[in-house]
Amino acid sequence: MKKLLVIVLLAVLGFYTASTFFDIGFGSPHFVKGIDPVKDIYINQTVKSLNVPNAVTSIVVNFRGFDTLGEVTVLFLAVTVLGSVLYKKRHEVGERSVLFSASSVVTSGAKLIFPAIILLGAYVFIHGHLSPGGGFQGGVIIATGFLLMLLSYESYSVSHKALSIVESLAGITFAGVGLLGLLHGGSFLHNFLPTGVMNSLFSGGIIPIIYIAVGFKVAAELTGVIYTVLNEKGEGNE
Amino acid sequence: MNESLFSLLNYGVYGTAVILMLIGLYGALIKKSLLKIVIGLSVVDSGLNLLIVALGYYKGGTAPIFSPAYLAHPQLMVDPVPQALVLTAIVIGFGVTAVALALVIRLYRHHGTLNIDQIKNLKW
Repeated sequence: MKKLLVIVLLAVLGFYTASTFFDIGFGSPHFVKGIDPVKDIYINQTVKSLNVPNAVTSIVVNFRGFDTLGEVTVLFLAVTVLGSVLYKKRHEVGERSVLFSASSVVTSGAKLIFPAIILLGAYVFIHGHLSPGGGFQGGVIIATGFLLMLLSYESYSVSHKALSIVESLAGITFAGVGLLGLLHGGSFLHNFLPTGVMNSLFSGGIIPIIYIAVGFKVAAELTGVIYTVLNEKGEGNE
Repeated sequence: MNESLFSLLNYGVYGTAVILMLIGLYGALIKKSLLKIVIGLSVVDSGLNLLIVALGYYKGGTAPIFSPAYLAHPQLMVDPVPQALVLTAIVIGFGVTAVALALVIRLYRHHGTLNIDQIKNLKW
């Protein structure tokens, strides 16, 4: 009975959602071109005032930089909630819930591939303003490197203190750059540095600085999440 | 890209996104296991993200990145705003999933089961 009710409800919801979007049409030019001046303004200003090739980056970090600061804060909040919900007293820490021994192929392969993953992550967030990618993506790639190490080696551990130091420093960098913009240009996150030559590494003013800070912050937070959940001992009273 | 393929895409992309959302909602409402409910929520997330990104696309558009070949043709680029918003939405979705999983772990620690029928006060 409940199943039927849910299916009917979802069918109604799905029908109306789908018909709305089918009316717009996938890739219809009249929806984006001409009628939508926001896109044109963003894309033109990306080149004119920022000298950055990647329009998504310029929106995320510069035009909507305040939004990104809030987003990073939400991520920080999630990690904090995770830490407090899964809180354990110190003497209970130690054993991992996921205990398995990886084969020697996995362990030596992980050791070999770990620096390459970190390098790729760093490349992705350093070149965030030039190519697809950015701080969030690069940070996730670095966290996958740590996940690989944590799954391959039972004894591998990450220092929570180091993670929180990296995270705090990155957060302070983001907010500090924003406040410097307030001093120089009169608005928070104002792009006060010279924008340089387009398509070169040192261009875009504060965009690379902020995205590198975001990359470190996301990497530290995600590694913290993985480590906290992995070290959770399964102790239900069954 | 020829016309018939494009009209297939027209219904295919939005249809996939809406179906993903419905599958996720169905899982979140019907399934008994808390883990499956969390998985359902993240499937809803994926469907929504796909829907928003697809909304910004237009026929023949390229990625909103000024590579040398497209420097003179900014009008060929797809709308970057939905992509930036989805970047935010993915991160928020990750945060939601992480917190939900933490609560699930905590509930399992307390009750010793993931079945919501056996955990009182969690039924609808």
